[in-house]
Amino acid sequence: MPTLTAQPPHAIKPPKTPVRHDPIIECEIRKLYYGDFLAVKNSSLNIEKGKITAFIGPSGCGKSTVLRCMNRLNDIVRGFRLEGRVAMAGQDIYAANVDPVSVRRHIGMVFQQPTPFVMSVYDNVAFGLRINRDKHDLDHRVEQALKSAALWDEVKDKLKKSALSLSGGQQQRLCIARAIATQPQVLLMDEPCSALDPISTRRIEELMVELRKSYTIVIVTHNLHQAMRVADYTAFMYVDKESRSGYLVEYGETDQIFKHPAEEYTRQYVCGHFS
Amino acid sequence: MKNTIGTSLKFERTIDSAFRRVCWTLALLTILLGGLIVFEIFYHATPAIKKYGFSFLTSSQWDPANEAYGVLPEIWGTFYSSVLALIVAGLLGVSVAIWLTQNFLPSRVEWFLKTVVELLAAIPSVVYGLWGFYYVIPMLRPFAGWLHEQFSWVPFFSTPFTGPGILPAALVLGIMILPTVASISRDALSAVPSRLKEAAMGLGATRWEVIWKVVLPTASRGIGAALVLGFGRAIGETMALAMLAGNSSRLTLSLLSPSNTLAARLANQFPEAGPSEASALMFAALVLMALSLSANVFGVVINLRARYKLARVGVAR
Repeated sequence: MPTLTAQPPHAIKPPKTPVRHDPIIECEIRKLYYGDFLAVKNSSLNIEKGKITAFIGPSGCGKSTVLRCMNRLNDIVRGFRLEGRVAMAGQDIYAANVDPVSVRRHIGMVFQQPTPFVMSVYDNVAFGLRINRDKHDLDHRVEQALKSAALWDEVKDKLKKSALSLSGGQQQRLCIARAIATQPQVLLMDEPCSALDPISTRRIEELMVELRKSYTIVIVTHNLHQAMRVADYTAFMYVDKESRSGYLVEYGETDQIFKHPAEEYTRQYVCGHFS
Repeated sequence: MKNTIGTSLKFERTIDSAFRRVCWTLALLTILLGGLIVFEIFYHATPAIKKYGFSFLTSSQWDPANEAYGVLPEIWGTFYSSVLALIVAGLLGVSVAIWLTQNFLPSRVEWFLKTVVELLAAIPSVVYGLWGFYYVIPMLRPFAGWLHEQFSWVPFFSTPFTGPGILPAALVLGIMILPTVASISRDALSAVPSRLKEAAMGLGATRWEVIWKVVLPTASRGIGAALVLGFGRAIGETMALAMLAGNSSRLTLSLLSPSNTLAARLANQFPEAGPSEASALMFAALVLMALSLSANVFGVVINLRARYKLARVGVAR
């Protein structure tokens, strides 16, 4: 268990990028633009390997934008520009010679709403493996992925059925299975439970804690309790009132962020003074 | 305050109900008019239906002198030219739709090109006919002649090219139904939720893989509907085909041969038709309506089901 901050939690302002022991993603965003709009500024942090890191903050603070920097999904947005550096396992993923497609093959992503493709349950899970031209032992690996996503028992008899026939919670677990089938090093989750009912949410949260054993998870959430329940580390982002740019306010162990926040904004947010 | 509770709204109520009644009546009239047209055609076709019955559909003769009528070659010609036109329009239309929806172009250029394609529908049929006659046929002549010389053993090129016929008719027809196919396909493609595309990209799919494996399958029913509705338009298309099909009833696979379609037969034949031939033409019109109606109903049904399916993708929230 790496210690997060060298200083005691509420003594002095903790550094914006706490020194970590084993970072898998080093994210240094100085300026991030969509066209002329400075969407995120001065937000740097390291994502710790094998942990769950949560991003919290009000709407429009750039949580999802930062998340989407980590697999270069922002590249498909017109006018996107990044000043800074994002490295995964030491390699700069924005380097000129890096193909964004290859980056995304090493990082899984789960979205706010379930995104099953219009094909069978099996084909959905096999999608990533097939586009990687990685077809040996497909049946076995599809089964493994579905088991890891705690969905196998519910779908093993309807693998050939359309993925759209599943319930919302099942669809989301299917998307998790699809994302982990290729065994990515990192799993990004962009508000994965916000479209789900409490029971499905609970299952996904249990799943996240289970998956932490094999994957590094980064999650964006609106739900503070969710961050408290699942995350090892929490990053709080906020919006600059004038420029409307989002920035990282505070980052640290989840307990510290919620119980002894160093910043006044963080304190007010986690106390529910605004949302 | 003038309008307090209890004020009589009698005047407003009267206007309201009068307006509703007028709308009802006009709507009913529209339906009646459609019914009347079908009834009239059916009524005038009755003598021919009684006399020829089912053999009208299987006979190849059209002989007013002996009062022997059959529309098998016309049915064949209608289907053959429509299917070929659909191949042309399908390839062009779906490609254009992909090109216009998948962020290949700046959005203004997308809008401009979309409008250009839709404007193709504004060109009158007879203008397409003229263009086909004076431009497409001469242009095809050397190429078609070469095809026949080199490949006359292939059924598609087995007859010499005489000018108006299946090939020029199908090409022009294909361009005529292109706007239908392209714009409905475009709607289907742009209705695919962008998060599905993002999800596929997030899994490391290239742009081409996203289009081929996710976008097209999701839009497949909408594209199917586009094709069927385009087919329906092709079946009923008249003027250009009357000018380009060759007005010659033959059952042939040859693309170079003159041919005929139901609509073209009606357009070319009615001015000099006697009573018995007029009745046969009405019968042919009924057959044409049935074909066109079934293609359209089929297309609309697929389109509705496609929307239902897309809604399912959307409802999964």
